[in-house]
Amino acid sequence: MMGIGGVETTGCSHNIRVDLPLHLRRLAALPDQRHDLILEVPVPVTIASILDTLELRFPMLRGAIRDHVTHQRRPFLRYFACAEDWSHRHVDTPLPEAVLTGQEPLIILGAIAGGC
Amino acid sequence: MSHVRLLIGTRKGAFILTSDGSRRTWSISEPHFPGWEIYHLKGSPADPDHIYASQTSGWFGQQIQSSQDGGLTWSPVNNQFLYAGSPGVHQSHDGTAQPWQFKRIWHLEPSLHDPDSVLAGAEDAGLFQTSDGGLHWTEISGLRASESGPLWQPGAGGLCLHTILLHPTDPERIVIAISAAGAFRTDDAGKTWKPINKGLVSQYLPDPTAEIGHCVHHIAMHPQRPNTLFMQKHWDVMRSDDAGDHWTKISGNLPTDFGFVIDVHAHQPETIYVVPIKSDSEHFPLDGRLQVFRSRSGGNEWEPLTTGLPQQHCYVNVLRDAMAVDTLEECGIYFGTTGGQVYCSSDGGDSWNAITHDLPPVLSVEAQTLP
Repeated sequence: MMGIGGVETTGCSHNIRVDLPLHLRRLAALPDQRHDLILEVPVPVTIASILDTLELRFPMLRGAIRDHVTHQRRPFLRYFACAEDWSHRHVDTPLPEAVLTGQEPLIILGAIAGGC
Repeated sequence: MSHVRLLIGTRKGAFILTSDGSRRTWSISEPHFPGWEIYHLKGSPADPDHIYASQTSGWFGQQIQSSQDGGLTWSPVNNQFLYAGSPGVHQSHDGTAQPWQFKRIWHLEPSLHDPDSVLAGAEDAGLFQTSDGGLHWTEISGLRASESGPLWQPGAGGLCLHTILLHPTDPERIVIAISAAGAFRTDDAGKTWKPINKGLVSQYLPDPTAEIGHCVHHIAMHPQRPNTLFMQKHWDVMRSDDAGDHWTKISGNLPTDFGFVIDVHAHQPETIYVVPIKSDSEHFPLDGRLQVFRSRSGGNEWEPLTTGLPQQHCYVNVLRDAMAVDTLEECGIYFGTTGGQVYCSSDGGDSWNAITHDLPPVLSVEAQTLP
């Protein structure tokens, strides 16, 4: 079964589009140009299962999005899906159908937090 | 002909500066890890092309990078720093209990003999080690578990372990320093530690001569005289000739003895350098004049070195890990500023040239002398 943008889905997994900020793309040795990373994520597709899959494929991202041990989201990062902020929802909450079908990505966003 | 490689950590990336032994012209790399804070880089004395970097970010946390080719290419290694056992608490600025929490690595100290063995100094203050090139890190827990650990309080920059000195011949002896806990030494490879702060006087403490609580900014040692330590404390420049058991003040005629950096000439163990800063309230040079001070007598008698340094309208700082020396016959001295300048003296400090004016604020400088 093919989702939007060539994203395939199967009965037990979905190919999920993930949008990473520049610094994490570089850390994972991905191209600088903004593009969706596609991950095959087992069902149920949740923020937790996407991050598990992401860290399995890119071990260098462990600790960069969530704590190694507690899995608590780093404070200046946010999760967005379907134009909604999912940062404070339970990470085991199933994501919307539009993410599962590839219509929408899961966006991991660095906060615009000033600094120097 | 020998050449020099400088490893520069800045607020917005790492830079590698190279020159031949004349140190007149320099190549400056493109930024490595652009946008990240690079607290420190250091190469292995046993394999200078094996370099480690501490890469950190308020957004994305801690990374450790390793290069096997002198900094041309890098690979992230393990970034998990877990305090041993139940971490417990230390004291916050206001004296309340604060859980120990890893924030970043301030300093990396590769082994003198094994390129895969490295010590890492952390905030909150802890000492970690790897013996497999960074694939695994474990805490040397005897330090934090020492009697005074729960009483340590952070300095303004955090509760950071920022200085690690390895004894050149005794692998069991290590000296470290923590802001604002003080200096500590182990003589049994980290199993036990003792505070080495006798002689330090800090007027901001309820007991100015307390065993711990001193804001040590940096310590330097000449490898030929490992029992002689030179310290830039918050205020006061200090010296010990018994590996830290006792300290004496050597500020002498310095116009101000607040500062961060201190270093020792590569070939003259009694020649030391500091960059006096006006005060703990005003972190810039006195009178807007950037001056390095040199003592050729191991302290007390200091001379200003100003040739080539800005002598008006200069309001930069020189942070604790931002001075280094090379080991060429005519010793080179280097320091970086929060204004992004990196200065070089190829004549022991008599004169200075800016290698570059325009880097991000410099956090650390290391010099490698290469064949």
